[in-house]
Amino acid sequence: MAQIVTKATRESFGEALCELAKTNENIVVLDADLAAATKTSIFEKSFPERFRNCGIAEGNMIGVAAGLASCGKIPVAASFAMFATGRAFEQIRNSVAYPELNVKIAGSHAGISTGEDGATHQCLEDIGIMRTIPGMTILNPADHYEMIAATKAAIEHQGPVYIRLGRLAIPSFNDPDNYSFELGKGITLHEGNDITVIATGLPVNETKKAVENLEKEGISVRLINIHTIKPIDRDIIIKAAKETGRIITVEEHNVIGGLADAVCEVTSSECPVPVRRIGVNDCFGYSGPANQLLEIFGFTAPSIEKVIKKELAKK
Amino acid sequence: MNSTDTNQLKILAAKARRGAIVGTFHAKSGHPGGSLSAADIFTYLYFKEMNVDPSNPNWADRDRFVLSKGHCCPSLYAVLALKGFFPMEELEKLRHVGAMLQGHPDMKGTPGIDMSTGSLGQGISAACGMALCAKIDNKDFRVYTVLGDGECEEGEVWEAAMFAAHKGLDNLVVFVDCNGLQIDGSTAQVGGVEPLDKKFESFGFNVLKIDGHDFDQIEEALNTAKNTKGVPTAIIAKTVKGKGVSFMENQVGWHGKATNAEEFEIALSELDAQIKELEG
Repeated sequence: MAQIVTKATRESFGEALCELAKTNENIVVLDADLAAATKTSIFEKSFPERFRNCGIAEGNMIGVAAGLASCGKIPVAASFAMFATGRAFEQIRNSVAYPELNVKIAGSHAGISTGEDGATHQCLEDIGIMRTIPGMTILNPADHYEMIAATKAAIEHQGPVYIRLGRLAIPSFNDPDNYSFELGKGITLHEGNDITVIATGLPVNETKKAVENLEKEGISVRLINIHTIKPIDRDIIIKAAKETGRIITVEEHNVIGGLADAVCEVTSSECPVPVRRIGVNDCFGYSGPANQLLEIFGFTAPSIEKVIKKELAKK
Repeated sequence: MNSTDTNQLKILAAKARRGAIVGTFHAKSGHPGGSLSAADIFTYLYFKEMNVDPSNPNWADRDRFVLSKGHCCPSLYAVLALKGFFPMEELEKLRHVGAMLQGHPDMKGTPGIDMSTGSLGQGISAACGMALCAKIDNKDFRVYTVLGDGECEEGEVWEAAMFAAHKGLDNLVVFVDCNGLQIDGSTAQVGGVEPLDKKFESFGFNVLKIDGHDFDQIEEALNTAKNTKGVPTAIIAKTVKGKGVSFMENQVGWHGKATNAEEFEIALSELDAQIKELEG
């Protein structure tokens, strides 16, 4: 097992981008006055000639990215998830996705773990917003190693990609020696037959702990990590629904619009099973230290364990 | 420009207007007013200014054009057809199911369209991205975009204007088709977008004011733009909405409706008479 790296996925993203740009000269990075926070500043330092700060104007930044892509560049436009997907939604929809342009949109400070900045900056809707756009690929990596692989995949993929980045430093759980990232394919992190938990992004690590704790009690939980929310891995979900009969989803996002809905869309038509959704329950967040908020909003292993047990009791 | 060239452009522009009327008539919808006001600018760009190759529309080093006021595509389509990007017959299928020519420009399906537009304010940003690409790659292609004056009420236009000036995009020319009218009335009544020349000046543009129907003035402005280094150029073109069709000129009602059969015949006869006279 490789060393555990404790790092925010935004930082892993910034480093990965810089590494990829060494061999791919088409990568151009745009930011909207948040380079220090989204970590595109790492790229800027190494490749200033391929970096442009667009100022606090996200809509224009996405349009500029579309123009660059139409000329063969691979533009990466970064901002906070809230502004990248919220403010610039329509530019993404009409100037990027409709013409199928090769633009990569990075949304940092996603989720409740943005912490002290509070509700206006804790984006809980980005996945839902991006999921409604035809042809959009949505990546939500869960740790340092997954982010490095996902960034590479995003650059290599031809077409628009939204990649979700977190602010909070989190420990890695993947083993890079035994890890392989395939766009659109979920990863079974833990085998089990009593129930399936499908998690994405930051809470995957805590969910994994919960599942491992339950195993010690003799409870067999299947854990699936979904790093690609669109296109979703239908096969892995249908198989889990058929074999375990009950699913729990875990995401640092509104329970409306995100992973939960993506999973339900598959199960409801292919293999209807009860799906319990762990996420932010259609409300806004508030200020506070990230780890405290994650505990309050139920994203720690003990909370997740409780929900799993509750759901198992219904079987 | 010599008088033969001017005459030739006038003929092409009248044919472009004719194409816009034909297209919108067969579509039973569309935007003739602005299509007619911008027709001379489109004609000049494609027949005198831009380095493009209709047989190789995706040529990497071509000059780019972005119709930021995407709804005025009927006359742009006609210009592209006249230039040879696709057959004139396509105009009659405008806005029909399965047609190449969509209600607003679609770069995926239409040869010669460099950017999909239609949502106002967005085209100028994409044009900035193209101009930036030329700068990054040290290429000398130029980028042209046409905005409506009403469109300039969109905040994104000014985000893009700030970007273009700050990044020194002197390879970008922004035309504003100032026909003074938008859907709900005059630009003065609806949004108070003027004075556009002062706005672009204050954003750091080289600003030129011209008559948007005068080819000599269009030519002179574009030559000045080419010789202006370090800053982008905005050409504020005073135009007449509905230009070339008597009953459409300066009428707000012709922003977004097609002619009926009777109006269609009158419009065509007027444009055909103009073409005949110009062709001598």
